[in-house]
Amino acid sequence: MKRKLQSTTSKLLPAAAILALLAIWELVSDTGLVPKYMLPSPVDVCSAFVKDFPLLWENSWVTLAETFIGLALGIVIGFLMAMIMDFFTPVKKALYPIVVITQTIPAVAIAPLLVLWFGYEMVPKVILVVFIVFFPITVSLLDGFESTDKDTINLMRSMGAGKIQIFRYVKFPAALGNFFSSLKIAVSYAVVGAVISEWLGGFMGLGVYMTRVKKSYAFDRMFAVIFLISGLSLLLMLAVKLIQKRCMPWENR
Amino acid sequence: MNELEIKNVCFSYTGEEYVINNINLSLGEGELVSILGVSGCGKSTLFNVVSGLRKPQKGKIILDGEDITGKSGKISYMLQKDLLLPYRTIEDNVALPLILSGTKKKKARLAVQDGMKKFGLDGTQKKYPCELSGGMRQRAALLRTYMFSGKAALLDEPFSALDTLTKSEMHSWYLGVMDEIKLSTLFITHDIDEAILLSDRICLMTGKPATLSEEIVINEPRPRSRDFTLTPEFLAYKKQILSKL
Ligand SMILES: Nc1ncnc2c1ncn2[C@@H]1O[C@H](COP(=O)(O)OP(=O)(O)OP(=O)(O)O)[C@@H](O)[C@H]1O
Ligand SMILES: [Mg+2]
Repeated sequence: MKRKLQSTTSKLLPAAAILALLAIWELVSDTGLVPKYMLPSPVDVCSAFVKDFPLLWENSWVTLAETFIGLALGIVIGFLMAMIMDFFTPVKKALYPIVVITQTIPAVAIAPLLVLWFGYEMVPKVILVVFIVFFPITVSLLDGFESTDKDTINLMRSMGAGKIQIFRYVKFPAALGNFFSSLKIAVSYAVVGAVISEWLGGFMGLGVYMTRVKKSYAFDRMFAVIFLISGLSLLLMLAVKLIQKRCMPWENR
Repeated sequence: MNELEIKNVCFSYTGEEYVINNINLSLGEGELVSILGVSGCGKSTLFNVVSGLRKPQKGKIILDGEDITGKSGKISYMLQKDLLLPYRTIEDNVALPLILSGTKKKKARLAVQDGMKKFGLDGTQKKYPCELSGGMRQRAALLRTYMFSGKAALLDEPFSALDTLTKSEMHSWYLGVMDEIKLSTLFITHDIDEAILLSDRICLMTGKPATLSEEIVINEPRPRSRDFTLTPEFLAYKKQILSKL
């Protein structure tokens, strides 16, 4: 009972904080403390969102498609990579430093390059998302595989399990927790990555739309896109959380 | 006939000093032999060698006439911790050895139900290890070891992590099931009472490098009951062991 109460308050508090922030923002904008054309009030943003909704909707799909294709490819490649590195120690020794170094390259820096190489269609966007997603997934999976208890592996060997069975029954489930926590971060980076590469050139997508509204100095519409992007990221993170719950039933006990 | 034979086994982790030296032991069919020794003397090391996880520098392990030195996957082995996989339900943990040897999941689950009842685990089938008490986890690990159905079993301190009361409860239960399971068992413990209560023979492991220095036969018919611990014979065995350790 007490725990239930606590969890309600822990949900109420952040909600109250957000409402307070919005209220302050509304006041600052309405009283003209900051000129309205520079900082539209939340109400203005909402109405811009509603008015632009068909356009936003259309462009969201493009951005989401890039995000999903990139995510899927990034996960598959990251998974295969981590598996190969786990199975063949020399490969890991050779590639792990490269993986870590590549992770320090900011995605924003290679985005223009990708546009130059692959043009204005979907390809450079998907590649950027893959690039962003693949490294954290690989590293987290590898760490997860390595975190498995030596004795558990000994036990599996004593039961006659081979390398593949040990992977399937011990290492893979042991790495799931790591995998999902990095995926939660990866999805929001993936959305942002798709938007950034759309800024640099393209025909459709939220990033392209943003550059258009920017040119017309439509701040309210700008804010509407920003909120939509963060909303989409949040939804994706929530989806990951739900999938995690389904995939790791032992965590909910 | 001897089920398992350990012949002149020497083993060292570093390749220099032996941890265990010239170990000889044979285990008869359906027999339970305890290995008793102080912590760190090399009991688990011996089991790692017998189970084939480690290859001895010298000596042989023979199971039912077959040389299995350095071959894992032949003997049921319960390691010192329960090592239930946290991401599998109890029945799936117990059924794991069957699944590993190629049985389909559904069939394997069915096959363990009988054992689950016998081991007092009925009702925990769909639970996860973290939801079970220490004693139940230990029983589940033990059942998993039996499901592997090797010709012999190695149990490394299966009850040592339990509190005295639970442990004593587990002993009564084990005395009840052991004749039903009829498995040749090597049993590690550093609890003298437990060794006398459960074993047909007790081997003392002493020295550095460790050897099996002494063998004590417990002449008490099975099935035994816990009352055996209250008899003068029991005390005499205990005295004998204490004097030799
Ligand atoms: N993997 C290992 N590498 C090197 N040395 C080890 C290893 N495992 C154990 N040893 C050493 O071998 C010796 C025997 O260890 P072992 O685990 O066999 O003891 P034990 O009799 O099982 O003790 P306990 O009753 O505490 O479980 C110890 O001195 C230990 O430090
Ligand atoms: Mg030990």
